[in-house]
Amino acid sequence: MRKLTTSICAAGLLAMVTAAPAVAGAKEDQLALGKAVYLNKSRGNCVSCHAISDPDATQAGNQGPPILSMKMRFPDKRKLRAQIWDATKNNPLTIMPPLGKHWILSEEEIDAVVEYVYQF
Amino acid sequence: MKIIKKLALGLGVAAAAQMTQAADSGFDLATVNPEADRVALQNYFESRFPQSEISDYVNGIYAVDASSREQWEELEEFPPYEFAVEEGETLFNTPFANGKGYADCFENGGVGIRQNYPYWNKEAGTVKTLEMEINECREANGEKPLKWAKGDIAKISAYMAWTSRDKPINIEIPSDDPRAKAAYLDGKKFFYAKRGQLNLSCANCHVQGANIRIRADLPSPQLGHTSHFPVFRSKWGELGTLHRRYKGCHKDSRSKPLSHQVEVYRNLEFFQSYMNNGLVVNGPGARK
Ligand code: HEC
Ligand code: HEC
Repeated sequence: MRKLTTSICAAGLLAMVTAAPAVAGAKEDQLALGKAVYLNKSRGNCVSCHAISDPDATQAGNQGPPILSMKMRFPDKRKLRAQIWDATKNNPLTIMPPLGKHWILSEEEIDAVVEYVYQF
Repeated sequence: MKIIKKLALGLGVAAAAQMTQAADSGFDLATVNPEADRVALQNYFESRFPQSEISDYVNGIYAVDASSREQWEELEEFPPYEFAVEEGETLFNTPFANGKGYADCFENGGVGIRQNYPYWNKEAGTVKTLEMEINECREANGEKPLKWAKGDIAKISAYMAWTSRDKPINIEIPSDDPRAKAAYLDGKKFFYAKRGQLNLSCANCHVQGANIRIRADLPSPQLGHTSHFPVFRSKWGELGTLHRRYKGCHKDSRSKPLSHQVEVYRNLEFFQSYMNNGLVVNGPGARK
């Protein structure tokens, strides 16, 4: 049931994103979506495990490394995306959920959160 | 500086994950060795948290997190479960309609026996938990079973734990019945298996992730997990049973929790309680 609701949400969001071609290219909108994904409990909830120097990211957990120097650590942005899409590829025992592989986030949301974290 | 420290911690955790896997005995009947698992788990936590005494793990997260321990110690001065234990005693001593009582169903009149639960019951071919036998006792005497999660069953169980405080936990896996070890293995597998949309195992949070923040929550080490149940949880505002807690944590991996007392939860309790052999009963407990 939960899964169903999640996929309905994801579908709704997808509709939202694709139905607005006028703003689709707007970088700010993508960054805002990425930030929402990062902070929102029912979306990526990245903040529950990763600290980030965004003043809105309060009560961050520390299960994973802090999100910083992303450009330096991931010169290849595709590698960053792959880590978020399926962290179990690098480490099968990782606590980090496979956000893309398990349809927790849509592809658009993953692109957005990649852009968002790439600023830090 | 702080950031660098955190980074090192994060990498440390990733390394620890490999270690737990390596230290364990196997995941099949031929190789699994409960005693080796128990020793490996103790050693693992000993090296993770060298400043904590093994005997203190019965206090859950407070054994390893000094900052929340103080608050908890203050709470324990006027324990929130005190009334529930008294009510449990009254319930325990109130005869059934047929004149018999709980004391007639259990060894030693039900006093000081918590440390032997759960146990492998050869006749029934299954793991029996204390709560299960409380309800079996009722039904055998013509009474309706109690609801599993909270209320009277938790109070009776709390009273029985209270009378067993400080007794060393003593879970046996009889070698004359291979099904007992199979039940242990089933529980162990459940604990380490990844599940749900979030792909989380119990071990992710309670072994490698123990005492590391997930948002504002700090998962406790699995060593000591069952010693103090039933537990008075501030979040619940009342006592709850171990399986109530299992269901909550099971759900946190975004998968559908199972029912109270299903076989695999009893096997999980068997596995987790075996890990606590040598520690003492300290139920009921209080937690955030
Ligand atoms: C439940 C915990 C958890 C959640 C939720 C989580 N992560 Fe992670 N993440 C980790 C851990 C632990 C690692 C360390 C690597 C490993 O375990 O394999 C990690 C590693 C990473 C890395 C690699 C960092 C590096 O320097 O190697 C990135 C990037 C990352 N996570 C981004 C994210 C983003 C973005 C989200 C949300 C969409 C997210 N994580 C959600 C736990 C989590
Ligand atoms: C997403 C992280 C997470 C997962 C996965 C998880 N737990 Fe927990 N668990 C917690 C947190 C946080 C608490 C509350 C703090 C604490 O440990 O007392 C907790 C509490 C508990 C407690 C009570 C500890 C006490 O001292 O009272 C038990 C027992 C427990 N979990 C067992 C399990 C089992 C069994 C599983 C797998 C089915 C599991 N947990 C999965 C995070 C998790």
